Amino acid sequence: MNKHTLSVMVENEPGVLSRVAGLFSGRGFNIYSLNVAPTLEKGVSLMTIVAEGDDAIIEQIVKQLRKLIPTIKVKDLTEMKSVEREMVLLKVNAEDSKRAEVLRIVDIFRCKVVDVSPDEVTVEVTGDQGKIGALINLLTRFGIKEIARTGNVAMQRSMQIDL
Amino acid sequence: MKLTGAQILLKCLEKEGVDVMFGFPGGAVIDIYDEIPRSSVEHILVRHEQGAIHAADGYARATGRVGVCLVTSGPGATNTVTGIATAYADSIPVVIFTGQVPRALIGNDAFQEVDIVGITRPCTKHNYLVQDIKDLAKTVKQAFYLARTGRPGPVLVDLPKDVQNQITEFEYPDKVEMRSYKPTNKPHIGQVRKVVKLLKEAKRPLIYSGGGVITSGSHEELTWLGRKLRIPVTSTLMGLGAFPGDDELFLGMLGMHGTYAANMAVNNCDLLLAVGARFDDRVTGKITTFAPRATIVHIDVDPTSIQKNVSVHVPLVADCKSALAALKKETKATLDEFDWQADHQPWVDQVQTWAREHPLTYKDNTDAIKPQFVVEKIYEITKGDAIIATEVGQNQMWAAQFYKYTRPNTLLTSGGLGTMGYGFPAAMGAQRAFPDKLVIDIAGDGSIQMCIQEMMTVVCNKLPVKIVILNNGYLGMVRQWQELFYEKNYCATCMDAQPDFVKLAEAYGAVGYRVTEKKDVEKTLREAFKVDKPVIVDIRVEKEENVYPMVPAGASLTEMLLV
Ligand SMILES: Cc1ncc(C[n+]2csc(CCOP(=O)(O)OP(=O)(O)O)c2C)c(N)n1
Ligand SMILES: [Mg+2]
Repeated sequence: MNKHTLSVMVENEPGVLSRVAGLFSGRGFNIYSLNVAPTLEKGVSLMTIVAEGDDAIIEQIVKQLRKLIPTIKVKDLTEMKSVEREMVLLKVNAEDSKRAEVLRIVDIFRCKVVDVSPDEVTVEVTGDQGKIGALINLLTRFGIKEIARTGNVAMQRSMQIDL
Repeated sequence: MKLTGAQILLKCLEKEGVDVMFGFPGGAVIDIYDEIPRSSVEHILVRHEQGAIHAADGYARATGRVGVCLVTSGPGATNTVTGIATAYADSIPVVIFTGQVPRALIGNDAFQEVDIVGITRPCTKHNYLVQDIKDLAKTVKQAFYLARTGRPGPVLVDLPKDVQNQITEFEYPDKVEMRSYKPTNKPHIGQVRKVVKLLKEAKRPLIYSGGGVITSGSHEELTWLGRKLRIPVTSTLMGLGAFPGDDELFLGMLGMHGTYAANMAVNNCDLLLAVGARFDDRVTGKITTFAPRATIVHIDVDPTSIQKNVSVHVPLVADCKSALAALKKETKATLDEFDWQADHQPWVDQVQTWAREHPLTYKDNTDAIKPQFVVEKIYEITKGDAIIATEVGQNQMWAAQFYKYTRPNTLLTSGGLGTMGYGFPAAMGAQRAFPDKLVIDIAGDGSIQMCIQEMMTVVCNKLPVKIVILNNGYLGMVRQWQELFYEKNYCATCMDAQPDFVKLAEAYGAVGYRVTEKKDVEKTLREAFKVDKPVIVDIRVEKEENVYPMVPAGASLTEMLLV
């Protein structure tokens, strides 16, 4: 089971999200995260789907997505050089005794504090899955009270070479 | 020219060359019905919407053209769902028009509102809710285009009542431009050459042909390849009729109720050429032991079919017609230099030996009427020149095994979904397309009761469909499984409480016959087929006859139970 990041360009028409979601549920495929928003091109939306499965399943997912009539293009970014980012909001316990430590970690990760109260801070972090996973790990011991994630967005790198 | 939505719809149908649609009215489509008398499109009023969609499907299968069905919102629409799923499973081009509540009421749980677009999303190739009269003509154009191109399938168009009344300038687009839909039709020539090379190297090649050959109209190319390169051919249920069923190279169906020769050939071939088939579980049996000695080539227009169930060595994405034509072109050049006949003859001998050792057969030593005997008689009488529809169950398998289909589009059967009640309305649709042809529904006593109400439709529209019921008083196929795998616990499969089918036929104004003696079978069938009216022939067959060969579900193809 591997995670693959799929970039799916679709006609922005009613029901298109339901077609994609229905494809996953109806065929028993797993979606890890899904993000969708309009592109610069009129009438076209971009979905970034992180899907889980072995190679054969991912191959089926890609083909089934392409088969949907409103799908314009599907790319498996896991097979290319790409940049991936997710934005996460975390509300963390930060009573007086812990506050300095929480803020130090926030600083190290170059996150932003976007809201504070006497015993909580809310931080905004952007990064790849590695960075976000590490931050969550570190903050867990203080107590994460709420989390909201955008899911990955991703893009193929312009130069497909190892830098 | 300014027209209403209802008028535009009918104009579009005329432009698409639709001569008939099958439907049932209601409040949400009454505006369309109001225009039908002024249109050249004939409307056939069914007695249940399931009948309408199956009839459109049967029309499509028999003609190769798009079938059309029109129903109202809510229950009218939901009554078509089984038929839509049936057409979807077998890739049949139909377009379904459903009425919908006015746009302002959508989402309000209005009277007779259902989200039919949501309901049918997983069982249509695509569907539309028309939100603006300006999109109507373009949407209808796309619906027909999608239904018949690429891998065909049903397309549903939901039409809110107020859109049917809106007025706009009518203009029918002459072509379809969709940046998101471009089916691959032409095969990759490199792959084609690879297949030719494999065919030359193979000593034991086998063609496994499916419904895609019929849909794409490539039966001639298939037949040419089989005969000229001397390759035995086996077929799925959906593919019957593409390669002549009376040819010495034809092995019959493969799979669960396939022939001994076909299943042995699959097990022993060194090259399997799958054409327009999709490795369904009823065909492959235990997937890990399917075609264990073969290099597998898979030709299909739908990339999702390839590598889905089995891993194939040479995929060829293309419609069967172009792919087989390319193979023909490439191999034609080799006919002089390469002796295909001699190269494959030992294998053909082997396969034909299997066919002789265990032909399709049944024990015909009693006085009881064997259902297989009835199907054989139907074949003898018609000499194969008929359109055969089937219901589902044992009747369907016997119709597939004991009738030789020699032409495409002559077997109408629900393969993928296995829908009881399909055959009769499908036969009705085919009869409407071919008024002068003999159209026969080989039925079971259980299935026929699922859409029996269409008797009235065939009678009043003078569609002289012949229904031959292989009446065993059981839901026979389920009973067979209970007998073989559930210790004869015949729970809920005995159906001997049944109507008097002869009187039933007469009540509808049709003709009924009952046959209880073997000696009367042929005579009665001959007489029935001459009647210029719908007929039901109720034949009381051996009650507990089984379909053989049989590969139990999940077993390997070589583990056949024989007669
Ligand atoms: C709509 C539907 N319901 C249930 C089934 C399950 N089923 C498959 S075959 C069969 C028995 C059909 O009985 P009959 O029409 O008498 O045919 P026979 O097998 O006796 O020839 C049943 C119930 C089905 N295929 N379709
Ligand atoms: Mg029966």
